Amino acid sequence: MSILVDKNTKVITQGITGSTGLFHTKGALEYGTRMVGGVTPGKGGTSIGLTLKDGQTASLPIFNTVIDAKKATGATASVIYVPPAYAADSIMEAADAELDLVICITEGIPVLDMVKVKRYLEGRSTVLIGPNCPGIITPGECKIGIMPGYIHMPGYVGVVSRSGTLTYEAVHQLTTRGIGQSSAVGIGGDPVKGSEFIDILKRFNDDPGTKAVIMIGEIGGTAEEEAAVWIRDHMTKPVVGFIGGKTAPPGKRMGHAGAIISGGKGTASEKIAVLEACGIKVAPTPAEMGATLISVLEERGILNACMTH
Amino acid sequence: MNIHEYQGKEVLKSYGVTVPNGKVAFTVEEAVAAAQELNSPVAVVKAQIHAGGRGKAGGVKVAKSLDEVRIYAGEILGKTLVTHQTGPEGKVVRRLLIEEGCQIDKEYYIGFVVDRGTGRIVLMGSEEGGTEIEEVAARSPGKIFKETVDPAVGLQSFQARRLAYNISIPNELVSKAVKFMQALYSAFVDKDCSIAEINPLVITKDGNVLALDAKLNFDSNALFRHQDIQDLRDRDEDDEKEIEASLYDLSYIALDGNIGCMVNGAGLAMATMDIIKYYGGEPANFLDVGGGATAEKVTGAFKIILSDPKVRGIFINIFGGIMHCDVIASGVVEAARQLGLTKPLVVRLEGTNVELGKQILSGSGLNIVSADSMADGARKIVALVQ
Repeated sequence: MSILVDKNTKVITQGITGSTGLFHTKGALEYGTRMVGGVTPGKGGTSIGLTLKDGQTASLPIFNTVIDAKKATGATASVIYVPPAYAADSIMEAADAELDLVICITEGIPVLDMVKVKRYLEGRSTVLIGPNCPGIITPGECKIGIMPGYIHMPGYVGVVSRSGTLTYEAVHQLTTRGIGQSSAVGIGGDPVKGSEFIDILKRFNDDPGTKAVIMIGEIGGTAEEEAAVWIRDHMTKPVVGFIGGKTAPPGKRMGHAGAIISGGKGTASEKIAVLEACGIKVAPTPAEMGATLISVLEERGILNACMTH
Repeated sequence: MNIHEYQGKEVLKSYGVTVPNGKVAFTVEEAVAAAQELNSPVAVVKAQIHAGGRGKAGGVKVAKSLDEVRIYAGEILGKTLVTHQTGPEGKVVRRLLIEEGCQIDKEYYIGFVVDRGTGRIVLMGSEEGGTEIEEVAARSPGKIFKETVDPAVGLQSFQARRLAYNISIPNELVSKAVKFMQALYSAFVDKDCSIAEINPLVITKDGNVLALDAKLNFDSNALFRHQDIQDLRDRDEDDEKEIEASLYDLSYIALDGNIGCMVNGAGLAMATMDIIKYYGGEPANFLDVGGGATAEKVTGAFKIILSDPKVRGIFINIFGGIMHCDVIASGVVEAARQLGLTKPLVVRLEGTNVELGKQILSGSGLNIVSADSMADGARKIVALVQ
């Protein structure tokens, strides 16, 4: 089992003719994702041919608009690789077409564009993941985004994170210890974004195929603290955490637009204190995310049930 | 991106935000000429640096004559101001704002920020002007009032009015204050600000509402559509290495330690600093080479790290993922050769073709220490620089 995407999810790429969009559409097809088309205004009616790693070829139809693509292909999800200046428009177009899920990989979208997008999504059914995120993967079934597929393994642990490479690090630590993942979701490093930790945690809590969760946060904002309180009050499955940025100086933007300690708020030590107060074990270093989860699974007597055999 | 107070006030003025008359000066002569032009009985000489707390550090002086302007300008220009926001090394004053004095009746705080929780712009106000808002928030949170703006319609008059009443702006000045807040909101949205703080906002004895100070911060993601704001950048205020890094499209932040770090991904880069510290070392920098680290970028990153004289060793931590480790390893070897690297270098690679990558490193004949994991690498580099 999984959250948000599985082997039946039909996906289109917005910005498919750009080099990044094309590269990762090919990667998704090679992983087995049901990529069914793409959108590039002005290139509707054409198609794009791809030669995959195993020598097989694929051809995807291109459309001018998301609604056309949806009607013709039956897609329910889209992934966006559009440049930052146009990405907000692309997200809103996908929401207007009533896609179930939109994953925006684009990094560098103006914050006030995202303020508008967030308002536009209110009252609509579309779920947005990102922007500035690696995407989402349900191992062995569906990969949407820029993560390396081969480090993942199907299984029972959910991963949710604000950071791309730190997600890979966690997943790698799990897979090498024989622990597979139900789904791994990168919610992105921007201050204003679609889904927050709590939105994803709720889904993992409701997913019978997920038995435990790793939550990877970082400095800036209070999303981890809010998630910790929600976990304490509602989560029926064990969660372990990691918070990056203990050594980050205040007032500096640490790569991610959202990773900044401002006005003395959003420090790693504050977050860790709240997580621990809510009963969530926090890995002392990023190298111990996997080991920390294993220790909790052992305590609960569910380590064996979480191994992928 | 930050700009100076005088630049911020010019931007705000163009939106109808009321500010005192003033002019920038780069020399003592310019300062005196500016004061003469203002023709005001009192002129304020204000140091222009990208940091708060200037008043307490002696960077703001009230002059009652042109002679006093000359004296104060001479004192402040070239002086290194140390405030709670500059760090212990302080900042050199290279520009002054010469501003008309005014008779202050009362000081307030007004600010707009993007609130992450709601994903909306929030207007904040407090009766305790002149004090940092964080301090007010910690001491008496009940004195801060907030209005959340719906981006579909913008800041409404009733919201600005309610805030003005809440912070006890006198009745007869409420409509002026409302206009002020709406003008400030327009500037915030139009110029893609991330922070617009007026602290203090003052009401004067002659019945005006004025921005006595202005701190504008711009969203760097949106600078592509604001050439006018980009032109306001003061290179003297930026770290040289940070500027150079931006030319290579690298994200770099200088820190105080002696272990240079090169990592792909912001989250992993932060976590790498953390793990170095955990094992007893001190990171010299944050450096994210990005998802698509090319040989060129790696070389650029090396150059920047090595230009920091404090650096005694380098730790490269790359989770290859989509990039192949052999390609990264070749880039590292090439850059190390090109730059004649003599300092200890620990490399941790993970991802596709990792074995091939390690072979390239060990077969290079260079003194490169290979690490099997993040923890292993951190321990090794900490030991090597001691």
